[in-house]
Parts: sequence; C-alpha cells; structure tokens
Amino acid sequence: MKANSLKRFNRCFAVALLVWLWAGQAYSQEMNPQVTLLDSLNRLKQGAMPDREQALEQLGEVNHPRTLTVLQALLNGKLYQVASNEQLVIAAENSEGYQLIDAITGEDLGNKPRSDVNKINLTNTIRVKLRKLIGQLELKSEDATVRLAAVNGLIKATDDNTLALLRQLETTERDEAVLEAMQMIFALKDLKSEDKAIRLTALVTLKDFNNQEVVNRLNVLMEKDSAGQYLETDADVRKQAKLILSEINARIQFYSILETLFFGLSLGAVLVLAAIGLAITFGVMGVINMAHGELMMLGAYTTYVIQQMMPDHLGLSIVMAIPAAFLISGLVGIAIERGIIRFLYGRPLETLLATFGVSLFLQQTVRSIFSPLNRSVTTPEWMSGSLQINDFLSLTWNRFYILVFCLMVFVLLLQILKRTRLGLEVRAVAQNRGMAKVMGIPTDKVDAMTFGLGSGIAGVAGVALSQITNVGPNLGQAYIVDSFMVVVFGGVGNLWGTLVAGFSLGIANKILEPYAGAVLAKILVLVFIILFIQKRPSGLFPQKGRAVEAK
Amino acid sequence: MKSLLFSHDKTGAVVLALIAGVTLIVPLFNLIFPVDSPLHFSAYTVSLLGKYLTFALVGLSLDLVWGYCGILVLGQGAFFALGGYAMGMYLMRQIGTRGVYADPLLPDFMVFLNWKELPWYWFGFDHFWFAMLMVMLVPGLLAFVFGWLAFRSRVTGVYLSIITQALTYALMLAFFRNEMGFGGNNGLTDFKDILGFNIQSEAVRLTLLFLSGSILIAAFLFSRWLVNTKLGRVVTAIRDQESRVRFLGYRVEMFKLWLFVFSAMLAGIAGALYVPQVGIINPSEFSPLNSLEIVVWVAMGGRGSLYGAIIGAVLVNFSKTVLTGLMPEIWLFSLGAAFILVTVLLPDGIAGLLRKRREAEA
Repeated sequence: MKANSLKRFNRCFAVALLVWLWAGQAYSQEMNPQVTLLDSLNRLKQGAMPDREQALEQLGEVNHPRTLTVLQALLNGKLYQVASNEQLVIAAENSEGYQLIDAITGEDLGNKPRSDVNKINLTNTIRVKLRKLIGQLELKSEDATVRLAAVNGLIKATDDNTLALLRQLETTERDEAVLEAMQMIFALKDLKSEDKAIRLTALVTLKDFNNQEVVNRLNVLMEKDSAGQYLETDADVRKQAKLILSEINARIQFYSILETLFFGLSLGAVLVLAAIGLAITFGVMGVINMAHGELMMLGAYTTYVIQQMMPDHLGLSIVMAIPAAFLISGLVGIAIERGIIRFLYGRPLETLLATFGVSLFLQQTVRSIFSPLNRSVTTPEWMSGSLQINDFLSLTWNRFYILVFCLMVFVLLLQILKRTRLGLEVRAVAQNRGMAKVMGIPTDKVDAMTFGLGSGIAGVAGVALSQITNVGPNLGQAYIVDSFMVVVFGGVGNLWGTLVAGFSLGIANKILEPYAGAVLAKILVLVFIILFIQKRPSGLFPQKGRAVEAK
Repeated sequence: MKSLLFSHDKTGAVVLALIAGVTLIVPLFNLIFPVDSPLHFSAYTVSLLGKYLTFALVGLSLDLVWGYCGILVLGQGAFFALGGYAMGMYLMRQIGTRGVYADPLLPDFMVFLNWKELPWYWFGFDHFWFAMLMVMLVPGLLAFVFGWLAFRSRVTGVYLSIITQALTYALMLAFFRNEMGFGGNNGLTDFKDILGFNIQSEAVRLTLLFLSGSILIAAFLFSRWLVNTKLGRVVTAIRDQESRVRFLGYRVEMFKLWLFVFSAMLAGIAGALYVPQVGIINPSEFSPLNSLEIVVWVAMGGRGSLYGAIIGAVLVNFSKTVLTGLMPEIWLFSLGAAFILVTVLLPDGIAGLLRKRREAEA
C-alpha cells in the first residue's frame, strides 16, 4: 500500500517535473529568439564586415514571427533607432514626423518628430545579402501567397543553393500553386541537363505552364549560335520544344482574344452606361437631350465632392456617390424638362438646340465653380490593380467592376420599366400619348419622371466614368456623339438594342485597335455606323407595329 | 429683276444694301483716307469684318437646307472646314522655300515628320485654279455621297442631324492625326503669299473683304432667286409635307440632294475665304460645337428667310468678339442662354420679330 502510494507520488512528481521542464523550454524558446533577433540586429547595424555577415546568418536562423517584417523594413530604409534609448522602431512618414512601431513587439508608439530617430544605413553588399535572406525567409513563410510570390521571384535566377533549399521545402509544401511553381523551376533547371531523357521530361512538364520565362527559354532552344549550330544539339528535343512552344503560343493567342474581349466588353459597358439614360429620354420620349453628357459630368463631379467630404473612406464615398449622383442629375433633369423641354414637345429639332444650350450652360457653371482644370477622383483599393490570371491574361479591377455595375444598372432599369407603375405609365405614354391621357395617366408628371430617370442614370454613369477618366468640364462632350451612336445603332426605344449595340461597338473598337490605332479604329466604327444607318435607318432592332407610325 | 426678287422681302433688300455698303465703303475709305485718319479702318477691323462676311455666307448656306428644306445639318462646319483646308493647301504650297526647313516641295510639318515626298492628294494644289476647283468639289462631293446614301434610304429628322454630327466628329478625329498629311493638331498656317501678293498686306486684306462681300451678295441673290423658282417651291413643300410631295410624283431625294450639295459648296467657298483672312486652319474647325454654333446663328436670325441667317451670323459673332474680349466666362453662358431663349421664346428668330411688326403695321 505504502509502496503503491510512493509510486503514485513518484508518478505525480515526474509529471510535474515534465510540465515544468516543458514550460521552461517553451519559455526559453519564446524568450531566446527575441533576444537573438535584437542581438543580431544590433550587431548588423554596426561592427566589422565579417561580424555583420555573421549577424545576417544568425538572423536567418532566428525563428521569430516578426523577423520578416523587420528585415523588409530594414531593406526599404524604414528601420530606425530611437536616439534616446536605442529602441529599434519601424517608421512611416506622415505630416507630423514619423509614426513609430516597435520593431520587435509590433506595439504602436505614436508619433515622434524626425530628430528623435536615426535611420539604420546599409552598405550595398549587405543589401544584396539581405535581399537573398528575405527571399529565403519568405519561402518558409506561413502564408501561402507569400511563398508563391517568393518562388515566382526565383524563376529567373536560381543558383544551386536555392535549388537545394527548394527541393528540401518541396517535401513539406502542401499548397498546390506553390508546388506547381516549384515544379516549373525544377523543369527549367532540367532543361540544361546533360541527359537527353531528363530534358525531354522537363519539356513535357513545361507544356502546361503559362509563363513568359518558359516561352523565353523554349525560344532559346531553337536559336543558333554564331557558327550556325543550334544551341540545343539534339534534334528530338528541338522538335519536342517546337511542338510545345506552338501549343503554348496557341494558348497565348487564346488569352489575348479573351483579353481583347474583356477590354471590348468593358469599353462597351462604359458606352452602354453612357447611352442607356439617353435610350430612355431619346427612345421612350423622343426627346433629344444634348445635355446628357453634362448630366454625366455632374455625376462625376458629385463623386469628386463626396470624396472631398470624406477623404478617409474612399470605398464608402464611391458607394455613397451613386445615389447622390442619381438624385442630383435626376433633379437637374427634371428641372430641364419642366423649365424648357415641355414647351417643345413635338419639335424634336428645337429640343436638340435648347438642350444644347443647357449643356453649354452646365459646362460653364462647372468651369466657374471647380475651375477648368481636371479633378481626379481617387480609386479605392479594391478597385485598383488587376486580377493577374497568368502571365498572359490580367483583368483590371476597375474595368471589371464597371462591367458588373453596368449590367446591374441595366437589369434594374429593365425591372423598373417592366414591373413598376412608373414603368407601365412610361411605356403607355411612349406608345400612345393621346390614349394614355384619355385613360387618366398624368402625362405631364410621367414625362418629368421619365426624364428624371434618364438623367439620374446619366449621373450614375458619371460615377463610373470618374473611376476611369479625369473629371473635367469637357467630360460629357467626349461621350455625347458616342452615346447617340449607340442608341441609334441599337434601335430607338429598345433597351436591349442599346445593350447589344454598346457591347458590339466596344468589342469592334478593341478588335480594330491593334491594327489601326485607337483614333482610326474610332473613326472606322463611326463611319461604319453612318453607313449602317443609311442601310437600316431604324437600327439593329427596329420598332414594329403601330408604335412606328405614331412617331 | 432685283425689284422682282425682293418685292416681298423688304428687310432682305435692306440687309443686302447694308452688306453692299460695307463691301464698298471699307475698301473705298481705306483708299481715300490716310492711315492715321479716324475714318481709316484698321487691319484688325478689316479682317474681322471679312470674317463676319464669311460666317454670314456659311449661315446662308445652312439656312437654304434647314430653313427651306427642313434638313437640320449639324455638320455644316465640316464643309466649311474642307473648303478652308483646300485653300490652306494652296497657301501652304505658295510658301515654297521660305519655310523653317526651306524645303522647296514639302511643307514644314511634312519635313518634320520625315516624309520624303508629297502625298498624291497634295498634287495640283500649287495651281490656284485647281485649289479653287477643289474648294467647291471636295465639299460638294462629300455632300453628294453622304446625301445620296442618306436621302435615298429616307434617313430624316433627328437621325440625319445626328449622323451629320457624327460625320464632322469623325472628320475632326481624322484630321487630328498626323498621318493624314494635313498638319495634324497644328493644321496649316504661316501663310506667306496669295497669287504672288503678300497675304499680310492691306491691299490683299481689302480685296479679300471685297471678295467676301461680293460673293455673299451674289450667293444671297442667287438663293433668293432659287427659293422662288419651281425647285424652291418643291423644296419648301418637302419641308412641310414630305410624303405628300412624294405621292405627287416628285423625286424628293433628288431635290434634297442637289440643294444639299449646293449648300455644301457655298459653305466650302465661305471656308476658303475665311482661311486667308484669319491665317490658319486646324482640325478644331471640324468640332461639332462649331457646326452647332452655325445652327444658332441661323436660329437666332430666323430660319427660312435668308437675310435672317446673315443678321444672326453677324450679330452672334459680334457679341462673341465683344464678350470674349470683356469677360471670357460669360460667353458660354450667353451662348447657352441664347440657344434656350431663341428656341423657346423666339422660334422664328429676329426675322420672325421683324415680320410680325411689319404685319402689325400693315
């Protein structure tokens, strides 16, 4: 019994000891890297060259979560030392001096004046080594996207050491994209192998990669040296490489077609956005609104003003600008309709002239308020940059969002016209004004609302335009001819026609551009539309039935 | 004949007399009075008056198609500019070796673009007669082709207006390109001689003014006669009831086409007279805004009266000169306001006002 209890005590003691030991271990492991990190950083910033190099090596082995951040800051010249207590800090410049963060702990230390900190300078030799070290650390990063970027960064320059490291990392790598990138590097390396079989298998591996470097290397295989000898001596390998290269080139062509399509669609989206409000006022009401472009300009300026009011919330300001622009342009539109256009119904040419007067008026107003200079609207982060699908296909985000936005506006407008009471009344008035009036539809009110709706959509289009072009007093003029062309080409009074016309003109423009240049492409498209209208005066999708005679 | 022409158009006769007055008095005074006399017109005034006369001519040409045939052309400026370019090309060829690069054959901008030879469409422009032929032929041909296509397929009203705007817009884009061989952005300028006389000299300026006035008078008289002929009556009927005229057996598109071509040629001549007086022609003359301004002149003066277009062109351009000199910001405001007020309140323009007053008196 006693022996038993002793045994139990022993066991308890052993467990306690183990726990203590383990905790101690963990503690020292957590403590040590920080010390080492700090220590090696301190050695790096001063001391003799061999010492600094040793410090660098040590840094590579320290297992501390902030190592990478600190080293990147050091490389980018953002690592500073506080003069008073030698604390290492990462500094970001702002209007009041520096915003400081403790390098080791990541704690926010607030703003300090410039004179309080000293920059840590590097020599070029150290910088080169540091860059390499950071590359290696990135390869071991926890974040798969960081690893992928690091591996991709190694494609062009791989020495044997890195290759060995990669081979070692490959065994533990789980992420598929990173593994693939590693495969490509190995295959590219194998292309230089002495063994023909290895070269051939490497070629087979490379077949599926969409990468510029692969294309370059395959092209090198076909080249001849100055003596007229192929750089690649083996005919089989050359044949295989040629086959694979043509396969890859076919894919590149496919991607470039996709890209042209995308750019065409996005240009078309801009055209559709610009034209769709016009399609309502022109198509449904038979009113030529030459001030349509200026209503878009008002929308773009609304975006600018809202962004000036809330400079810290770029994304939100764009979202807020959409209803605001709709309201402002819509109200201006209603004012134009009530003030001018309603006196001119049935005289389309006069409407054209009067609204052109309005457009001059609005242009000059904006010029007087905001100056004739262009204003730029900042694009929020989620809209800038591009989606890089591979080396040969990347889609810019702002264009992509505009495409989506255009489709949303289109669907919304279609639903308004189809399902709401306003839409029903608008269509009734468009089909037969007299009959609609007899049936008790307040045609005056409907006219004003229709015009307001069309104008509001012009404002919304202006928000989209502010993301891809400069906001200036002439913004509207640049689009007015184009948007009329889209409406007329698509067939007046037909929203679907406008959509199809906008997209097809956008794509046609982008297809012609590489051959003819941007301006000539535009001219050709214009000439095409002019000729097309001669052939089919009522556009792609003409109205049928009684509505035609009513106009 | 004259009394017959203007028997129902007293105001027209007054306007005609005024133009004739300016055309004769300005050169005469400058010949009689010495340079320092207050009755001697300055070079600036002479050019300005000459410019107004060419604007009146292009306004008249638009009134023929718009006022009498109901075709609102938003691209009349294109024909004006084409005539101007034809004249400009002749003037460029007259520079000869006096350009910056002193190339005997190529204009400066071609040397600058490293061109080795003259493009084919520049051949012949060293002859004055050829250039003058082109001044009328090029706009006329463009109008013929465009009108042939448009009128035959019965493109009318707003559609026609919009595609004429697209036409001038496309031409503007094209002429902005350096590869077109028309001097791109800068256009044609730095002219030296016309028919061997210095283009800056007073005699040439006065002659150009006299020519502009005389051609305007001739065009006015011819147009007055034209609208009273059977052709003019049919054209007016087309404006008012196109399908009825067609059903009566007239070939509507042919009447429209020839009127359109004639109007384009008149506009071309106006452009050719304009260029030597201002000394430059560039692609901005093709801009849709310019063509719309021509429409305002006619609308303001009153369309369908011929003299209204002349009054409108001179009045609007005179206020433009004054206003842009005094305060440039006001100009677009007042042009915009003029557009709106005239269309809403004065659909028949100044001519309409005058007519009403005359009727009230009678």
